[in-house]
Amino acid sequence: MSQDNLRIKTFVDHGPEHGDEPSHKTEGTVKMSTRNLSFYYGKNQVLFDNNLDVAANRVTAIIGPSGCGKSTHIRVYNRIFELYREQKVTGEVLLDGENVLGDDVDVLRLRKRIGMIFQKPSPFPMSIFDNVAYGVRLQYRLSGSEMTERVMRALKRAALWDEVKDKLKSPGTALSGGQQQRLCIARSIALEPEVLLMDEPCSAIDPVGTAKIEELIESLKKRFTIVLVTHNMQQAARVSDYTAFFYQGHIVEFGRTNQIFTNPAKKQTEDYITGRFG
Amino acid sequence: MFETSSIPSGTLKKSGARSISGDMVFRLLTRIASAILVLIVAGILVELLRASWMSLEKFGPGFLVSRDWNPVTQEFGALSSIYGTVISTLIAMILAVPVSLMLALFLVELAHPVVSKIVGGAIELLAAIPSIIYGMWGLFVFAPYMADHLQPALQGAAGGLPLFQGPPMGIGILTAGIILALMVLPFITAVMRDVFQMAPAVSKEAAFGLGSTTVEVARSVTVPYGMQGLIGACFLGLGRAIGETMAVTFVIGNNRSLSWSLFDAGNSIASTLANEFSEASEPMYLSALMELGLVLFGITMVIQIIAQFWLKRMARQTGRR
Repeated sequence: MSQDNLRIKTFVDHGPEHGDEPSHKTEGTVKMSTRNLSFYYGKNQVLFDNNLDVAANRVTAIIGPSGCGKSTHIRVYNRIFELYREQKVTGEVLLDGENVLGDDVDVLRLRKRIGMIFQKPSPFPMSIFDNVAYGVRLQYRLSGSEMTERVMRALKRAALWDEVKDKLKSPGTALSGGQQQRLCIARSIALEPEVLLMDEPCSAIDPVGTAKIEELIESLKKRFTIVLVTHNMQQAARVSDYTAFFYQGHIVEFGRTNQIFTNPAKKQTEDYITGRFG
Repeated sequence: MFETSSIPSGTLKKSGARSISGDMVFRLLTRIASAILVLIVAGILVELLRASWMSLEKFGPGFLVSRDWNPVTQEFGALSSIYGTVISTLIAMILAVPVSLMLALFLVELAHPVVSKIVGGAIELLAAIPSIIYGMWGLFVFAPYMADHLQPALQGAAGGLPLFQGPPMGIGILTAGIILALMVLPFITAVMRDVFQMAPAVSKEAAFGLGSTTVEVARSVTVPYGMQGLIGACFLGLGRAIGETMAVTFVIGNNRSLSWSLFDAGNSIASTLANEFSEASEPMYLSALMELGLVLFGITMVIQIIAQFWLKRMARQTGRR
């Protein structure tokens, strides 16, 4: 922790100077983008006109102090917020240019294309194999061998295969926290989504497990577009390509990660990443 | 005085009266409470055995399979009572469990919070109605309805089945089963609702996040998470239905016949006890009734043991299916 702090300090001191104005734009292909996204818990507005582009096959980190709306922001992407009646949203979220908030959008298809990993590992009360096969079974009718193949591939991609290959039939809940979280990642990527939303995936995981998941994120971005919400700035600095800094429901600053961490344009961003608040 | 001064002020030695005596009294009280409980159960069992000894000696295990129940010739057998108890309870469970499951899932997963509150309140109210009211309602309101509408309809739809033979009298084993279903429904529903509410929100979100429908989330997350409580709820309802006396006595018909038809009047162990205890003048008659009580005690105990066994196996197996 302290070493990472030091590293960031060093960046701040000697980092390259960028003069360009922060915006929501990225380079390369844009996979998802939000347009004037506002969010309400009942009458209480918690997101204000968020504009953000998510680059394809990159890791976009969302950082900010607790309660700044970073989790709420990504919970709009797969419309999971709709499970709760009092939560309302205005604006647009585009996936490959199509508004996912449209009335005619099939949320089941949307959630097949956008997977989500939650703060707490959430294996279902079934075997490791069935956990991974769960989402696939909802979407496809596969033969036994095809399913086995698919589960194996997902577990390998989630870097969990070697640890569980001999106990696929034992309960998913019997794994360690870090393993459970990788199981959840395997469960998501078994569906071959295009985007992976990760909502503080390491906040309940020990440091070794965290390191493994960070490594995994690095390898997953070749195949998926990843949005990573984290309260851990070092994690954002280590694994992300782009970073958005949220504060009280506003996107204060967005840009390439090394620019955000070395040469933030806004005073608030600098105060936050140097640990002066938050 | 001299001795204490040699001990440093921060000593760890046991001294104060607070920690020792307080805990000891509390521990003693809890032990007494649990001992009393065990003694009461044992006492009931011993007393039942003692009082039914005469009947046990005379009829032996044949008591369980004999259809006789003749106070004049002093021949007694429990078969028709056991049959009535088991069948009426079975009908109650078959009707009540699926409805309770649907109702509980509706209240937890689908209903608007306001609706959920209103329906939930109504269910709790239903549970608070005394069983005699159910019995009177069953006899004066529901039984005529059964005779005029439901039984003819059943005969019209499946009249060929041996289950629906005989004149539609309104009262009988089927009516008792339906009344029992109404009585245990609120209990099972209330417990299931509490169980379903405990399913972790994050697991449900994860299932929805994979593109599940509400039904799929209920089937693969909410229900499996609550499976133990679910079974517990069913056995709670079962225990209540099997011993229910007043309502059943009103509508079951109190007949000793033993037939396939659910329309026939029958009797249950509890209804026989309620009806005949006051007229049991002969020692053997009384003893046979006592043995009937013993049988009910035994059935309840067996159900409990099965429930415990099942729950343990479930806990071991979670995730293996």
